[in-house]
Amino acid sequence: MGKKTVNYDVHVEQGARMVDFGGWDMPVHYGSQIEEHHAVRTDAGMFDVSHMTVVDIDGAAAGAYLERLLANDVGKLTTPGKAMYTCMLNEDGGVIDDLITYYLGDGDYRLVVNAATRDKDMAWLEQQTEGIDVAITERPDLAMIAVQGPNAREKAAACLPSQHRDAAMSLSPFFAARLGDLLVARTGYTGEDGWEIILPADSSEEMWRAFAAVGIRPCGLGARDTLRLEAGMNLYGSDMDETTTPLESGLGWTVAWEPQERRFIGREALEAQRREGVPRKLVGLLLEDRGVLRAHQKVLVDRVGEGEVTSGTFSPTLSRSIGLARVPAGTGDSVDVDIRGKRLAARVVRPPFVRHGKARV
Amino acid sequence: MSDIPGDLKFTKSHEWIREEDDGKVVVGITDHAQAALGDLVFVEPPEVGSEVAVGEACAVVESVKAASDVYSPVSGEVVEANEALADSPELVNQDPYGDGWIMRIELSDASELDRLMDANSYEATLED
Repeated sequence: MGKKTVNYDVHVEQGARMVDFGGWDMPVHYGSQIEEHHAVRTDAGMFDVSHMTVVDIDGAAAGAYLERLLANDVGKLTTPGKAMYTCMLNEDGGVIDDLITYYLGDGDYRLVVNAATRDKDMAWLEQQTEGIDVAITERPDLAMIAVQGPNAREKAAACLPSQHRDAAMSLSPFFAARLGDLLVARTGYTGEDGWEIILPADSSEEMWRAFAAVGIRPCGLGARDTLRLEAGMNLYGSDMDETTTPLESGLGWTVAWEPQERRFIGREALEAQRREGVPRKLVGLLLEDRGVLRAHQKVLVDRVGEGEVTSGTFSPTLSRSIGLARVPAGTGDSVDVDIRGKRLAARVVRPPFVRHGKARV
Repeated sequence: MSDIPGDLKFTKSHEWIREEDDGKVVVGITDHAQAALGDLVFVEPPEVGSEVAVGEACAVVESVKAASDVYSPVSGEVVEANEALADSPELVNQDPYGDGWIMRIELSDASELDRLMDANSYEATLED
């Protein structure tokens, strides 16, 4: 029996099939993963992501602490509420985790890290505080609901306290605001518009039911995975981990090289890799033949070498199989994938595959 | 509650078998299996003309989240595969005992049918 989010009982009541995810009992779907996927692409869906770990970083030195800890630069965050996606690296440049950091004010940051990496993340965060005056506070008292889809904000706004609706609706993409005891952020993991709402755990079920009542469809982790993959977003543990750098993971854009004097953890290793040439890259694959790409299938690149599918699925929006694969740097625009002993052709594309409901490949 | 027709035979691995008059059987996966797998998006059929043995993985059904083998419940020759599943794998979800059939096998040893479960026995395995 895994850990349960505060919304466990309502999931079961709504027909969820529960599976283990990183030690948590989580809904994988509520009947049809594909219908849930389409609901998010065309209307509005919601995900209980309360299993994710919320950590507050407070204190006068919080900014300096995070400038050293994160490969992207919190120094770029000057407007309160601004969110930033980043990797947290080890000294070798390997990815300990990927996370979102919210700048809520000077000395006031909030991180959302993955559930499955919670223990090692907390240990690392604590370990790096030595000699720095910063408070690291995990927030198990909070829950998190993501509402995603072209109609998600409009529908969800009706469920927010009336005095906060305008402020929530006026948030720009990648901005968050504290509204009463909610943190409403215009962020997500689906390639659609929407909010991620961090709220007190004891009000979470009421909010979930209110969202369901206005027609926001409960969606499981199954749809969350197909949506994020269509959106070309990496999944920690599948597409990158401690043995891969951001530069080999399609995440070079999240590494802030300037200012040069910012000595973030892993910088030297990344600089060395960049100097010597990054040997592998993460690319999108579109399977040309019938079949389904899956993680760990072998990618065969003529005259170049071999790679591996890191994430693969059937794309409900494109009605064909898509994936991410780590391949040799010299890989061109077509590869073969070994699927159960057959060589099937795949086209190399640049993610995202789908964005705001539209095919991009 | 999943649907378990009384006139079929079953395996522990959730295949169903319908006997035909001419020494052939039709094979598919059960309602329980399709529900557990979720929306199917791809079916890799067995090769027509191939010989299969009892318990041999001979077809693959893939849902959005995973690929699962279909095991032959009997020995014999695959004489037909359901071609409609190439374009419409969802037939397995919608009609697992009808349009969602997977293959037709010509039995090499009809006595193997006696080792399959009837509906009551299969239902009991689902309750365990």
